[in-house]
Amino acid sequence: MTDLASSSPPRAGWNRRLLRWMLYAILGLFALYYLLPLFVMLTTSLKSLEEIRAGSLIALPRDVTFSPWATAWSSACTGIQCEGLRPYFWNSVLIAIPAVALSTMLGAMNGYVIAQWRFRGANLIFSLMLFGCFIPFQVVLLPMARLLGMMGLAGSIPGLIFVHVIYGIGFTTLFFRNYYVTIPADLVKAAKVDGAGFFRIFWSIFLPLSLPIIVVTVIWQFTQIWNDFLFGVSFSEAGTQPVTVALNNIVNSTTGVKEYNVDMAAAIIAALPTLIVYVVAGKYFVRGLTAGSVKG
Amino acid sequence: MPEWLEKQLPKLVLAPSFIAVLVFVYGFIAWTGWVSLTRSRLMPRYEIEGLVQYSKLFASPRWDTAMNNLVVFGLLFIIIAMVLGLLLAILLDQQIRTEGAIRTIYLYPMALSMIVTGTAWKWILNPGLGLEATVRGWGFEDFTFDWLVNPDMAIYTVVIAIIWQSSGFVMALFLAGLRSVDGEIIKAAQVDGIPTWRIYSAIVIPSMAPIFLSAFIVLAHLAIKSFDLVIALTGGGPGYATDLPATYMYAMAFSRGDLGQAAASAMVMMMVVFAVVVPYLYSELRAKND
Amino acid sequence: MAPILDIRNLYKNYGATEVLKDINIAIEPGDFLVLVGPSGCGKSTLLNCIAGLETISGGSLSIDGRDMTHVSPKDRDIAMVFQSYALYPTMSVAKNITFGMKVRGVDKATQARKLGEVAAQLQIEQLLNRKPGQLSGGQRQRVAMGRALVRDPKLFLFDEPLSNLDAKLRVEMRTEIKRLHQSLNASMVYVTHDQIEAMTLATKIVVMKAGIIQQIGTPAEIYNRPTNLFVADFMGSPAMNLIPARATREGAATRLEIARNSGPPLVLMDQTAPELPDQIILGLRPEDIAEAGFRSGSGVQEAECLVDMVEPAGADTFVVTSLGGKEVTARLHAETSARARQHLSLAFDISKASYFAPESGQRLN
Repeated sequence: MTDLASSSPPRAGWNRRLLRWMLYAILGLFALYYLLPLFVMLTTSLKSLEEIRAGSLIALPRDVTFSPWATAWSSACTGIQCEGLRPYFWNSVLIAIPAVALSTMLGAMNGYVIAQWRFRGANLIFSLMLFGCFIPFQVVLLPMARLLGMMGLAGSIPGLIFVHVIYGIGFTTLFFRNYYVTIPADLVKAAKVDGAGFFRIFWSIFLPLSLPIIVVTVIWQFTQIWNDFLFGVSFSEAGTQPVTVALNNIVNSTTGVKEYNVDMAAAIIAALPTLIVYVVAGKYFVRGLTAGSVKG
Repeated sequence: MPEWLEKQLPKLVLAPSFIAVLVFVYGFIAWTGWVSLTRSRLMPRYEIEGLVQYSKLFASPRWDTAMNNLVVFGLLFIIIAMVLGLLLAILLDQQIRTEGAIRTIYLYPMALSMIVTGTAWKWILNPGLGLEATVRGWGFEDFTFDWLVNPDMAIYTVVIAIIWQSSGFVMALFLAGLRSVDGEIIKAAQVDGIPTWRIYSAIVIPSMAPIFLSAFIVLAHLAIKSFDLVIALTGGGPGYATDLPATYMYAMAFSRGDLGQAAASAMVMMMVVFAVVVPYLYSELRAKND
Repeated sequence: MAPILDIRNLYKNYGATEVLKDINIAIEPGDFLVLVGPSGCGKSTLLNCIAGLETISGGSLSIDGRDMTHVSPKDRDIAMVFQSYALYPTMSVAKNITFGMKVRGVDKATQARKLGEVAAQLQIEQLLNRKPGQLSGGQRQRVAMGRALVRDPKLFLFDEPLSNLDAKLRVEMRTEIKRLHQSLNASMVYVTHDQIEAMTLATKIVVMKAGIIQQIGTPAEIYNRPTNLFVADFMGSPAMNLIPARATREGAATRLEIARNSGPPLVLMDQTAPELPDQIILGLRPEDIAEAGFRSGSGVQEAECLVDMVEPAGADTFVVTSLGGKEVTARLHAETSARARQHLSLAFDISKASYFAPESGQRLN
């Protein structure tokens, strides 16, 4: 956009400088607001319980201790078990990786068909899939629980993978469809004349073009699945819970003393994978967010 | 590959996903809708009994609280997040040198799980050792901030946490909108000598109407689906003070063993979502198909 | 000789809308067929039908004697050049050109040999390792041509291949395509909305409107003897003057009376016209109206006209006057003394005239 800030007439330079200064001050204040909870979590997780009780929320730790992290990782109690977050962290990894891979692959094929191989009814199918993105999942919770039970997948990791793939397809299809729809239809025609078939065209021409949207989709799906709580809490049992459920159990476990430092360390551990993804590939994360909302 | 197979291939590839959506979205909605019309308790029963579950639902004080909370929480959340998001977007649009870094900071909470957000704010807002204790420690002995445990105020802590989490996202949406306004229109306005604030209020913001709409949709959607945050922050308490329809539904389904109530409340939630989302999706799809 | 492309009674519908109606075209080997018409006339759809990229709703289509009505594009032995070039964006120029051969399982040595030949022919050897994104518009155009040439097909199809180029490059590539056609003696079908391209390239032109063929003929036939008002108006630039006139028989001759804004009507006599109805439209190309004294022949008749406007265009000067309530353009030599709002004596070559029925628009002579 045209530079609105520099548009003000160059009357008093002093006045202008004051305004700029205020602007930066306000922006800085908000940055503090967003950062403070993370800061508090981090410092709390490095303090001993005595220091927490004695000191203030925002004070830096006097004696840095990593034992809350060790506890959170390997011995904090999630109810009756006291194995820390570790097994659940790996559960989440085991759920997220196949679910992300499968839903992304399906979305890519679906998007390719809907955008480039239009047939009668394709738009209706797309609309139906799109509506599926917006339902509150509560409305499928009960029948899904029964179905997983019937399939023998109740409380299992494959069951959770299945659920995440099914309810991820809508968004992944949307992402790929919106990306492929910008590719001129002539490309498929040219490849058809060249003798290439449906899969050949996808593999040789569309897939090599798709890296940006694959990154967007994988990040989106990973964030969604890693952060999921509703499916995790509804369809898992003691040994198969994902990390979010375990974190909630640790925080709300009523046995023994309330260990705030362990809670915070556990929260950071649970948040770390998505935070790292965000810091490394924030651009793609934001693109997914806006694509999922603006273009939805 | 035979000719006919090659021709049907696109449909065959799409079919599994389509069938999955039909069964697991629409079929399941139908199932839930059916069960919501029965007297199912712990196990589903399939004899239709009419709207008993719905009348029971609307007579339930707990559901009443949940719906009230949804309205208060939803409205506050949407309004504050939009105002804050717009304000931040406009401030960031003034050629800020460190814009990239600031944007990253404003937006990172969106990458966190609601459970993490809830856990963090639960700690910060807890009166015994959190913010209240800290401010008292500074010498303000009378400072009280006990919203988390105050049944009348607890719902506002949920608002605080969700705004912290998603206002940066609203900012990103609005910033993209501000940047997409036609530069020539703004130049023309500048040539006409229109002051900056008037350019924003009279030209830029009105032209962003579609973005307001999609921000509203996303936020409303987020509000109605909110479940994890309440569970992590307040657990629905104190008492039922911060129950939302989502937590009500979950409690009926998994701790009370009342499938009929769970199904009926889920159906009401879906209708609320659809009332918001359907007109929007419809117009979007129509615009796209033209 | 058997026709290389034979289209019989072809229909194409999208739901209830008929896009192509009763198309019949046959071309000989070595023909350069141009499909021309305004946008939305169905010419690109017809080309896609020939390529097999669209199914046809009725009729039949054969290429080199083989029925291709239900054959998929890859088995039609065709090559196609697209308006957007449709180069595969992630492949190098060389890979773009050899992709078709690779798909068909042609061995590597043959691929390399043919690639070399085509690259030399089109002078794109130095571009072979680049990606399409790094090429200029003209270079992309050449690569797209290369992809078609390397296939050595029975039939080349071109879908408005020059419309994305700037004016100068367009003329260059036009010449190049023509040269290519002559040196390969290949059969080509070419779609364009540009009637000059059609005239310069074609050995045979099909003029289309609203899914219906208006006229098929050589460029000269189409230009000199347009079959209806639409073709007359569409082909040629500036367009043919279409002047309402009254025709009466005077012995063996026909008297044409054209109303003017002021003064007596303009009267022209045609000695060779057939029997004409009372009200007609007289079609005269701008070059068939010259400055008096610069044109001679049996049909040439001179008359004073009031000049409305003078438009010098370098080689020619166009003069606009008003006849029969219409603007009429005459093509004069560059050194004409014509001035706006002055009278000028113009020579009308009535032997070149076309006559049309006002209601049906059909040609009468």
